[in-house]
Amino acid sequence: MEKEKNEKKYTTISIPTPLAEKIKKRIAGTGFHSLSSYVTYVLREIISGMDEEEGEAFSKEDEEKVKERLRALGYLD
Amino acid sequence: MPKPHGGKLINRYIKKDQTQIAEIPEFEVNTGLSEDILNIAKGVFSPLEGFLCYNDLENVINEKRLEDDTPWTIPILLDFNGENIKEGDTVILSNKENGVRALLDVDEIYTYDKKTLAQNIYCTTDKEHPGVANISNMRQNLIGGKITLLDSKQREFDNYNLSPKETRVLFKEKGWKETVAFQTRNPPHIGHEYVQKTALTFVDGIFINPIIGKKKAGDFKDEVILSSYETLMKHYYLKNRAVMSILRTSMKYAGPREAIHHAIMRKNFGCTHFIVGRDHAGVGNYYGPYDAHEIFSEFPDLGIIPVFFRSFSRCTKCGSVVNDKICPHDQKYHINFSGKKIRELLQNGKIPSEDMMRKEVAETILKYDKPFVE
Repeated sequence: MEKEKNEKKYTTISIPTPLAEKIKKRIAGTGFHSLSSYVTYVLREIISGMDEEEGEAFSKEDEEKVKERLRALGYLD
Repeated sequence: MPKPHGGKLINRYIKKDQTQIAEIPEFEVNTGLSEDILNIAKGVFSPLEGFLCYNDLENVINEKRLEDDTPWTIPILLDFNGENIKEGDTVILSNKENGVRALLDVDEIYTYDKKTLAQNIYCTTDKEHPGVANISNMRQNLIGGKITLLDSKQREFDNYNLSPKETRVLFKEKGWKETVAFQTRNPPHIGHEYVQKTALTFVDGIFINPIIGKKKAGDFKDEVILSSYETLMKHYYLKNRAVMSILRTSMKYAGPREAIHHAIMRKNFGCTHFIVGRDHAGVGNYYGPYDAHEIFSEFPDLGIIPVFFRSFSRCTKCGSVVNDKICPHDQKYHINFSGKKIRELLQNGKIPSEDMMRKEVAETILKYDKPFVE
């Protein structure tokens, strides 16, 4: 891209060395090319799991308006 | 029901007094861009609130994510010629065809490298690829900034056009906790029905979501796709288990990246699962047949579950529709669902065999004098 290079935003996280060694062994030969990519993957999975099932809240009035249109279009009885 | 992508369903529509916007300069945009504006405003592209700024674009290109780490694979860009617009301005973007008028806050103006964009998004710089051809026709400047929809007009098929907010209320009213989305650009043949019903078996409802819009000669017309699905649903689906609504957006033919984009849009509609077929959103031989499956492993945080289907066909020995994981019989027993063959039969006014297409669906298509785009 033509603008000034966007600085990658990474930070360093400390984990116990034995754990790091275990992970390195575990990811050998898998699609993960580094300890960092594995840890990133796992953290993204965990964080997204926390977001599940919360749904989107609409106000009662909003929801009634929507239901009215859905009925008019035949989507709801 | 999943949270919208990025956590919040975007709604960027407000009514404004004409006098408040009378002095704001107005620029005409093409219909494709105006569809993007509508999709941003109605939350189909949540969490986007506007066209991508530089950092987001670079992140999408290199990391397949927005700057804030949210998965995003297809850049939504506003190109312009360097008209008299500068950063900090507010302008109106309009399109006569669909009556779109939207405010744009010009946060950033920047340029980009077309080859880098094409190579990363489409995995090729070959101008024969329709997506690459589109990029080569794009103008050299991009504007990033939030949009606010002011107006749009009623259009054909609007009675089939539900916003993410509406589908979310609809699924909730139907008591669907898990909904699988099926994307299509064609009338349904038996293979499609097999895929849909197989997926539906494990969830509460199916959301059939045809892409409507720009077509090429020989494609089925939009009204034919919709009425053929209505027929199928009327005769072969439980009323309370299937819903159809259209999606107005253009196909990018970006294969695996577009599969992720398609899944994100369906997550915003409130779907928990998304059907991904062989060579999803592919064109020519630019992508491997299952590249669009494999890419999902890069996104543990996507928030919608892909349902992968490989090739499927009718096995004369099994006497049913099968896929390559469940049928032990030789290829000689397999009849493929050839869209081309079905199209040729219909073009000649002939009804395909019921092994290929439901009779009621074929008859619905043949009621049209000209079911194909000319």
